[in-house]
Amino acid sequence: MYQYSEQDHQLLLERVEQFRGQVERRLNGQLSEEEFKHQRLRNGVYLQLHAYMLRVAIPYGLLSSEQMRTLAHVARKYDKGYGHFSTRQNIQYNWPKLKDVPDILDDLAKVEMHAIQTSGNCIRNTTSDPLAGVSRDELEDPRPYCELIRQWSTFHPEFNFLPRKFKIAVSGATHDRAAVAIHDIGLRLIANEDGETGFEVHVGGGLGRTPMIGKVIRSFLSKEHMLTYLEAILRVYNKLGRRDNIYKARIKILVHETGEEEFRKLVEDEWEKIKESGLGLRDQDIDWIKGFFKDPDYEDLPDSDADYENLLLSNPEFARWADKNIELHKQSGYRIVYLSLKTAHQPPGDVTADQMDAIADLADRYSLGQIRTTHRQNLVLSDVKVQDLPALWEELKLLELATPNYNHVTDIISCPGLDYCALATARSIPISQAITERFDSYDFINDLGDLSINISGCINACGHHHVANIGILGVNKKGIEVYQMTLGGSAREDASIGKIIGPAFTADEIVGAVGDVLSVYLDKREDPEEPFLTTYRRIGEAPFKEKLYG
Amino acid sequence: MGNYIKDRKVDEDDWMPFTGLEEDASLPSGNIYVPLDEWLKTRDHLLARNDRLGVALKNTDDPALLEKDLDRLDLIVLEFPKMADGRAFTQARILRERLGFKGEIRATGDVLQDQLFYMQRCGINAFEIRDDQDIPSSLKAFDEMTVTYQPASDEKFPIWRRES
Repeated sequence: MYQYSEQDHQLLLERVEQFRGQVERRLNGQLSEEEFKHQRLRNGVYLQLHAYMLRVAIPYGLLSSEQMRTLAHVARKYDKGYGHFSTRQNIQYNWPKLKDVPDILDDLAKVEMHAIQTSGNCIRNTTSDPLAGVSRDELEDPRPYCELIRQWSTFHPEFNFLPRKFKIAVSGATHDRAAVAIHDIGLRLIANEDGETGFEVHVGGGLGRTPMIGKVIRSFLSKEHMLTYLEAILRVYNKLGRRDNIYKARIKILVHETGEEEFRKLVEDEWEKIKESGLGLRDQDIDWIKGFFKDPDYEDLPDSDADYENLLLSNPEFARWADKNIELHKQSGYRIVYLSLKTAHQPPGDVTADQMDAIADLADRYSLGQIRTTHRQNLVLSDVKVQDLPALWEELKLLELATPNYNHVTDIISCPGLDYCALATARSIPISQAITERFDSYDFINDLGDLSINISGCINACGHHHVANIGILGVNKKGIEVYQMTLGGSAREDASIGKIIGPAFTADEIVGAVGDVLSVYLDKREDPEEPFLTTYRRIGEAPFKEKLYG
Repeated sequence: MGNYIKDRKVDEDDWMPFTGLEEDASLPSGNIYVPLDEWLKTRDHLLARNDRLGVALKNTDDPALLEKDLDRLDLIVLEFPKMADGRAFTQARILRERLGFKGEIRATGDVLQDQLFYMQRCGINAFEIRDDQDIPSSLKAFDEMTVTYQPASDEKFPIWRRES
């Protein structure tokens, strides 16, 4: 894990003091709300429906147990005892008081955490694969590159007042768990013909009103050029991105309106002029940053354990959990464990302060003291010994973090929706809970297999409904909340934007509509191994339409 | 005035904006700056004077159009029409780092104390601070942050490549 230098600490402290001054100027009337908005947004403070919201960055989703305990402390002391893990590896607090925010930031700074650039029209927290460094399908660990991007983008003087927000994701594995295709810039580590690793550069992906899959504008970029190339893209965007219409200001619109070829040429021309600058990465720079992300000292262990194998056979509940929430680890004798934050009792992604403290303890005892957060709003213990799985499972059950549903129908992504958000036009959390309650039977979940449902409470699409197999978008039509359904989306390596299936449903109808879609799938799939998305792509929308509206 | 800061000090602004030079009109005296389109049209005429010259760029103008003239210019005025419009940050870096302009680069428009740190890093060294801003705290804003990660007009290398 990256260790802060003295200067990293210094920067955080200076930023807290600067923000404290800005809050004081706001509270004594020197700053208008309009002007303060630009300052607070660059520090993750939103004004929501009922209160301010604070978004704290979890760089590339990696947390130490100490940091998790501080998140619990913040939830307890300054909020209502819980926090909300977002789809972009941040945590959000929904009830802080503005006057407390500088103190919260002070507490966070002590454990190397902050809210810098978690909102506003600047480069946001860089996100990554939650299984970075431990998965079996990884070519190279993306986190060192994320950390370099974090440093390069933090208070970048040229790119802090961009046309619109800017999100970067980096992935280093065959399977895309970081949703690189729907980011403003997505970097995928790949190997070229000579076996050298570098980046495939995707630009112009994004959701919102105009969902788009990113375009590959460079098929291979040497690692030494990563930051100069990013700087060239951002410079072209800062110069030419639209500022006349907030809905057309993201880079995806610039790429689309300029044309992929012309956009590529603009970037490459700019890059030619800066590729030899001081921002180039030398081998020793890359080695230095990689030094922070070395493999831990894994024990030499057999890949199976007798007690574990016996429990799999004797305890069906354990076997279900193991089947759904455990993944193989690159190291023999270890497993990756998903902690499901999706039950019918809590909004997706919500964790209480007590749960956070308990998770921190579990991480210390079972997983080398680290926790990761995922794009699908769950948590991961990445380094659990096989022999510890039964004990860990018992404890997770008590904490209600052992729902066996990872990447299955009740593992729903949901935005906070009209219950919290000032932008929302419809509720999303109650819909996700209603769907979870309706389908909350293990046999059904298991039978449906790999499946994603995402819910957004407005067209801004924070719930990523466009890239769900089944997407649900809440909108307000003449004072009534109705729900539009899209089918066929994916946020993975086969990324696609879902298609609207037909007229919207009321809140009372939408759960039944999801049931209808699922029944068509179960009826039409070639065999139980064919996932929903494959069936949908094979048979098209007609059978679903027929069932829903016929 | 009292809201003009240059090189981190409150200073006297001895420049005048000027537009509308006719071909045969008499030349104004004193230090003047003109919009880019007028500069491109009346360049030779203006250069006949002995006083200092500047050019004001709109934030959509390409600074490279001034490349050949930079050694004849003492001032380039950049505009920040709204605080949120950051195009001139890029223009400033191009002027300083790529084109090597050594004269005054001035920020005008919605210039608030909270942007000064970023502006100076991009090579802007003079500021027409918006009238309602507090000058003493604006002067302090340059040093609110002392740590910089990335190269810009004030640093050639990122933090990990600098001698500590």
